[in-house]
Amino acid sequence: MQKTSVFKKQKPFRLPGFSFTLGFSIFYISLLILLPLSMLLLNVTQLSLSEFWQIISDPRAISSYKLTIGSALIAALINVIFGTLIAWVLVRYDFPGKSIMDGIVDLPFALPTAVAGITLSSIYAQNGWIGQFFDFKIAFTPIGIMIALTFIGLPFVVRTLQPVLESFKKEEEEASASLGATRFQTIYRVILPTCIPAILTGFTLAFARALGEYGSVVFIAGNMPFKTEITPLLIMTKLEQYDYIGATAIAFVMLVFSFVFLFSMNCIQWLLQRKKLQGGRA
Amino acid sequence: MKNFKKPTEESKAVQYVLIGTSVLFLSLFLLLPLAIIFTTAFQKGLDTYWASISNSEALAAIKLTLIVVAIVVPLNTLFGIISAWLISKYSFKGKNLLLTLIDLPFAVSPVISGLIFVLLFGAQGLFGTYLLEHDVYIIFALPGIVLATLFVTVPFVARELIPLMQAQGQSEEEASHSLGASGLQTFIHITLPKIKWGLLYGVILCNARVIGEFGAVSVVSGHIRGLTNTMPLHIEVLYNEYQFTAAFAVASLMTILALFTIIIKNLIQWRTKETTL
Repeated sequence: MQKTSVFKKQKPFRLPGFSFTLGFSIFYISLLILLPLSMLLLNVTQLSLSEFWQIISDPRAISSYKLTIGSALIAALINVIFGTLIAWVLVRYDFPGKSIMDGIVDLPFALPTAVAGITLSSIYAQNGWIGQFFDFKIAFTPIGIMIALTFIGLPFVVRTLQPVLESFKKEEEEASASLGATRFQTIYRVILPTCIPAILTGFTLAFARALGEYGSVVFIAGNMPFKTEITPLLIMTKLEQYDYIGATAIAFVMLVFSFVFLFSMNCIQWLLQRKKLQGGRA
Repeated sequence: MKNFKKPTEESKAVQYVLIGTSVLFLSLFLLLPLAIIFTTAFQKGLDTYWASISNSEALAAIKLTLIVVAIVVPLNTLFGIISAWLISKYSFKGKNLLLTLIDLPFAVSPVISGLIFVLLFGAQGLFGTYLLEHDVYIIFALPGIVLATLFVTVPFVARELIPLMQAQGQSEEEASHSLGASGLQTFIHITLPKIKWGLLYGVILCNARVIGEFGAVSVVSGHIRGLTNTMPLHIEVLYNEYQFTAAFAVASLMTILALFTIIIKNLIQWRTKETTL
């Protein structure tokens, strides 16, 4: 195990520090991530199956799942459409103010969620800068939730797609055009397929972030049970009522859902990559 | 005109429509909120603004936030560097598992990130009775806020450094080590200069998240005014008391910080692009 013996035996060269960095990383992760997260599992297993089922299938919880997943999905899809458009415009075209627009895309990452929350809710309140132009309420309805989730998820699609578009080879477009494809056909059949994995990654990140989002949503949501109560808020409410078991059970459901979602998206990415490799060989 | 466009470009009209839509979307979604923050913060004049950010509760919140930053950012930076070294320089079993674990906090809702520490250290938690007997306060106190924030921001520095150090390879480090430099010397003189911009980038992203973390901190802090309210929690309290001007005044401070974060990030990206060209 000593360094000198490694040299004598001419084993594959290794920089020093392996055991230290491995030990430190495992220690840090175990203490800070694994131990706390395992508490969820530990507390959930103390419940009987029927108790657990009763908590997580409570109508109030079910309507919060529907709202959370539904609004996160719509927000992520809006981000896919506009994020793709914005990434395309920022990479391909020149226009005045482009660098400001490019920089500002990161705002939702840098701005604290609570600041985003109070700002969006005052913009879209009925007397707000935008809210006043609409006959129906935006803030304190599911539409408000979607707006907040769209805001916080916006950078994900743009920032994952930009490098892919930047590295896209002009030759492929030229080849497609010179073979008689219209511009639309080139975009649809040559450029878009290359972008699909990045768009999917952006969608995955935006959706996963939106599922758990709390800070930007609570201010604009209105937080009415059965109507505008998202799942993270339901967990919070249960915690404030000292219902730790209820909070834990619902948190567990949420966490399992996120993991299953992330895992299946990884599988889809893997399948796409394999299909692409096979297509290349044929 | 249409006939003169290059076959690999869209017509000017299409370009203008696409640019217009993007700029409109970004302005409505991102620039308008910025404008609202500053106009609301200053709507009752400079004196009110100054009073809102210099009263004792606001100062206590700013101080607490800075303390949390001073503890969390260095710790997670250290972890980021060490784990990135581990993952980029060695091959070992379970590397992918380790990578997944490092990313895990990204997939956990902030509220759950707070909840798990309540389950550990809260009154009904695993160590609850022990801590109570020994008068140690973690939940509803600074240690809880620090722990929850640490958890949420574990991946930031590591995520920036790992791909960077993997791409840079390790031949220079090996040369340095075979010439007799120790591991630490090799890191400081060879690796650090190569990764400094990526490191700085990771640190400022981590810093922004630490300052702004709301959900996790809100679960563990207990909202004790002047004691356990960080800046985002202070904003929430003010907003819920309909003190909008004061809430936006504190929010404007955090917004300025966010804008600085974006500017530094762009400077770093611009610099790294210059050097690679």
